[in-house]
Amino acid sequence: MKAFNAIAVAVLKGFIRDRASVFFAIIFPLMFLVLFGGIFNNTEQSPIETKTIGDISLVDNLPKPAREAFDDSFDVTDEVDERERDAAIEEVRKGDLDLVLEQRGDTLVAHYTKTDQVKSATIQGILQAFVDGTNVAVTGEPPKFTFEGEGVEDDSLQMIDFVTPGLLGWAIAMSAAFGAAATLNGWRQSKLLRRIQLSPVPAHTVVGARIVATILIALVQTAIFLGIGTAGFGLTLTGSWWMSVPLVMCGTLCFMAIGLLSGAVAKTTEGAVNMANFLVLPMAFLSGSFFPLDGAPGWLQGLSKALPLRHLNDGMLDVMVRGEGPGAALLPMLILLAFATVLTAIAARLFRWETI
Amino acid sequence: MNAIEVTDLALAYGELKAVDGVSFEVGEGEFFGILGPNGAGKTTTLEMIEGLRKPDSGTVTLLGSSPWPRNQALLPRVGVQLQASAFFERLTAREQIHTFAAMYGVARARGDEWLERVGLTEKAAVRAEKLSGGQAQRLAIACALVHDPEVVFLDEPTAALDPQARRNLWDLLSGLNDDGRTVILTTHYMDEAEILCDRVAIMDRGRILELGSPAELVRGLDAPVRISITNADLTMQEAAAISGVDEAAEEAGDLVLTTRQPSEVLTFLANGKLLDGLRVRAATLEDVFLDVTGREYRA
Ligand SMILES: Nc1ncnc2c1ncn2[C@@H]1O[C@H](COP(=O)(O)OP(=O)(O)OP(=O)(O)O)[C@@H](O)[C@H]1O
Ligand SMILES: [Mg+2]
Repeated sequence: MKAFNAIAVAVLKGFIRDRASVFFAIIFPLMFLVLFGGIFNNTEQSPIETKTIGDISLVDNLPKPAREAFDDSFDVTDEVDERERDAAIEEVRKGDLDLVLEQRGDTLVAHYTKTDQVKSATIQGILQAFVDGTNVAVTGEPPKFTFEGEGVEDDSLQMIDFVTPGLLGWAIAMSAAFGAAATLNGWRQSKLLRRIQLSPVPAHTVVGARIVATILIALVQTAIFLGIGTAGFGLTLTGSWWMSVPLVMCGTLCFMAIGLLSGAVAKTTEGAVNMANFLVLPMAFLSGSFFPLDGAPGWLQGLSKALPLRHLNDGMLDVMVRGEGPGAALLPMLILLAFATVLTAIAARLFRWETI
Repeated sequence: MNAIEVTDLALAYGELKAVDGVSFEVGEGEFFGILGPNGAGKTTTLEMIEGLRKPDSGTVTLLGSSPWPRNQALLPRVGVQLQASAFFERLTAREQIHTFAAMYGVARARGDEWLERVGLTEKAAVRAEKLSGGQAQRLAIACALVHDPEVVFLDEPTAALDPQARRNLWDLLSGLNDDGRTVILTTHYMDEAEILCDRVAIMDRGRILELGSPAELVRGLDAPVRISITNADLTMQEAAAISGVDEAAEEAGDLVLTTRQPSEVLTFLANGKLLDGLRVRAATLEDVFLDVTGREYRA
């Protein structure tokens, strides 16, 4: 037990004191979280900046509720006259302004660009609706068809909800794989592995201590991600999010095995880390760590199912944000453990004490 | 009982016979040296005795049992300093030795004691990578000894050290077998082997060429002693006529006398007050190496 703790502590200290590995395990993925969570999570549509030219009686005569709705969507910054028309349209062209609105007789004319598709669709839709509404009001006849919106509970995820489990999966994959690869090769090169072999510490104690250290690092990564996600970016965890803990453990084992494989194959520490990177980074893209695979072609979806990170990500999405029960994590956990077993066995076969 | 018994040990890396039929014994409490140039097979021999490598043929008995396959009962009784300094990354000297102490199940205080004994207390908070070559060697030796092993293997503990640092380390090393510990050390340096070792095996190209105490080996050579003095008033003929002198010659202004009876010659010179600039060079292990291999010894 003493030996176990001592080796685990030695590994942890070695990790914490290595700026590069801390950066790649924690800071680097967090930068992505902040990027996705902070910048792209802006789902609020900003009001449409509008200038009007002359009087627009169509709008001015809207009934009060409709008028309020108009003001919610359009932020009329200025009312200019005919002579400044070209200048205002030029502003739209340059993107400084969203919309220039004028009324020519009975026609409402909108000048906008199609650069921002959401905005242009909104502009078109809303204005059309106002005109239709006004038409109905003018004829005085009650409309034949009515529309009623019935909100359905929104199942789609916020950006942050989607991105946190994926990025966390990637972060764990990176630090577990790099750590195992670097340790195996570094210890072999420095002959520390030999030195340990000549101490009475059994092999399983050394391996166990190394695993425990990596799992602790992974759990710290998880805590930091979930903490910053919930506190800073409105991540909402669902019921059985705690299942992400065993899931993270299984993921760690699996990616340590990938690291061991890299470490066993590569001759130098740098080579081992590069190889781990070469395996993990494309896997992160193909496993939906950075963006959803929903739109990906079928063969890609199929391919991604063959990657362990895909299962880690799916499992974490299910339990952390999709509100699935704890059972949803079990299959991914089994798959990850199976990967871990097979890859470790291959690594053990390929391992050579000698680097030459 | 012998601490180590090695019989007909052989190991080849492919075609290369790194160790080629080596036999020797090391007694309990003995300070045993394996001396030889690069590639002689010293490390490979040690690794087979330690149990890191399986010999192609031959047997090893370490403290009465076989070290191969990994012998868990034997390991706590053995300490090892490998040729490369094998440390945990980014741990300080103190943390290193504490970790090794824990691996051998001994108290941390033992680690601190050894740190003190190898003179590293001041460097305790320095990371192993930042230690100088000599300090790192000391730390590796301390880590090898932290559990007070009965046998300790030191593979070139003074390699890559400057002469001063080597001498400092000798003081530490020479005390290692005081309390009955068996020490087995490899070195390139003749002088080191002569000073530290009770017995030396001179190894080259996988074989042991000579084995014995340094004094025995040198005596076995029957090499003459060279006495040189600042040439005073003696003529060449007078010098050659001194009783016991085999040969007299003049070298760079000095008179050089070759003799097999140095005490007789020295007495004569002393009586004649002729000892100015006296230098005496007896045969060394270097001469033994030259004698058995026919080659100059180059480390
Ligand atoms: N792992 C290995 N694979 C192949 N050849 C090796 C290996 N280790 C050593 N050798 C070769 O075996 C021979 C003996 O090597 P060894 O390391 O035992 O010598 P040594 O006496 O310890 O030398 P040095 O003084 O340089 O440490 C050398 O020729 C070396 O090149
Ligand atoms: Mg060697």
